[in-house]
Amino acid sequence: MSVHEQFAEDLALYALGSLEGAERHALEKHLQGCSPCRRELELLRGDLSLLTLTAAGPKPPARARQRLLAAIADEPRLPATAPTSARRQRSWWTAIGWPALRWASAVAIILVGIGLLRQNSTLQQDLTSLRAQFTDQGSKLDQANEVVATLLDPEAMKIELVAAGNKPQPRGKAIYQRRNRNLIFFASNLPPLPAEKIYELWLFPANGAAPIAAGLFKPDARGSATVVNPPLPVGVEAKNFAVTLEPESGSHESPRGTPVIVGVGE
Amino acid sequence: MPSADPNAMTSDVVLVTAIRSGDQGSMAALYDRYSSIVYSVALRVLQDTGAAEDVLQEIFMQFWRNPGAFDASRGNMAAWLAVIARNRAIDALRRRRPENNIEDVVVSVEHDLASEADRSRTMERVRGALQMMSAPQRSALEMAYFEGLTHSEIAGKTGEPLGTIKTRIRAGLLTLRKALAA
Repeated sequence: MSVHEQFAEDLALYALGSLEGAERHALEKHLQGCSPCRRELELLRGDLSLLTLTAAGPKPPARARQRLLAAIADEPRLPATAPTSARRQRSWWTAIGWPALRWASAVAIILVGIGLLRQNSTLQQDLTSLRAQFTDQGSKLDQANEVVATLLDPEAMKIELVAAGNKPQPRGKAIYQRRNRNLIFFASNLPPLPAEKIYELWLFPANGAAPIAAGLFKPDARGSATVVNPPLPVGVEAKNFAVTLEPESGSHESPRGTPVIVGVGE
Repeated sequence: MPSADPNAMTSDVVLVTAIRSGDQGSMAALYDRYSSIVYSVALRVLQDTGAAEDVLQEIFMQFWRNPGAFDASRGNMAAWLAVIARNRAIDALRRRRPENNIEDVVVSVEHDLASEADRSRTMERVRGALQMMSAPQRSALEMAYFEGLTHSEIAGKTGEPLGTIKTRIRAGLLTLRKALAA
């Protein structure tokens, strides 16, 4: 993690909500373009959340639970009904009078009753369908979790197959989804790191802007490494990815070291 | 990589998915799992049970209205709730409008905090880390976190230079991180 030292103390204050004025403005501007500092901010918030645990002990009273459940029952997420027009009701009332209103009310109640019965039936069908979807999605999610766990398990065997007789070459695969800023990167056969060096993944934007740092990593003893969802700015279209060899400490605003592997496009 | 228990994480994800579709039972289950974290930090900050209950209600109602605010792929539910509860309690203490949009709060924690046992284990280590800090370092960090004092206010209260307070807060957090990573 390479945080800009001049912002290190301000990042801690910012995570606490204590930074104000020009210092806050300057840091927010810097954070927009610096993924290592954004990552450090997330880690600092994580450190602070652990501090919260020292306050643990008291349980909320039972009435707090009842209060919440009553409040959410009062705010079900159902389609809102169309508002009635008070103005139209008033003119209708003036013209026809009470007897007609009573008849109309009775008819309206019957119609509303029929409508509610139909709506109830529709809602029951929707609920059954949603339950089925929910079960199906839960099952798919479990499968997806298993796949991800296997891919990321450091103890899982990872064997690369190459043409017989060829020496395995360093290679990587970046899978990037711009919409959700999801990036999964796998590398294999990377040479062991020299002393005080580290590998860094870079995203090259399609608009020709400066490369964006997408994670520092060290391969395992077999030269394999994985980078999953490093902090990235929103909506960047990528042209390419590359891995460079960088100094272990110091700034990583732009690639300075030797390229080790470079993308060849889809 | 986070060392979270995959089953616990899946449960949170499943609960949040159900809450998104309006399932009140799942909301109650989420409350049962995390209300003590939210309430205890609000109580520590506000020192008032009624005000802490208000923050508890507000945080969970906010989540009920906007469950999409928590992105399960980018954080730990317990840590995220702890941070937004602390921030909201400080806002209430200082009688100001909520400053942060909860969707903007991304928290990265490598400790699994889904169960009481996990939290209790981590809490012991955090308390150990606090003991490793110097008294002024611990005090500056606690004043900033639990009392919501700015570094200028802490400097005014302790009579120490502003730069010293900034350094103490940062050093305290680094001590905490180092102790928990060991």
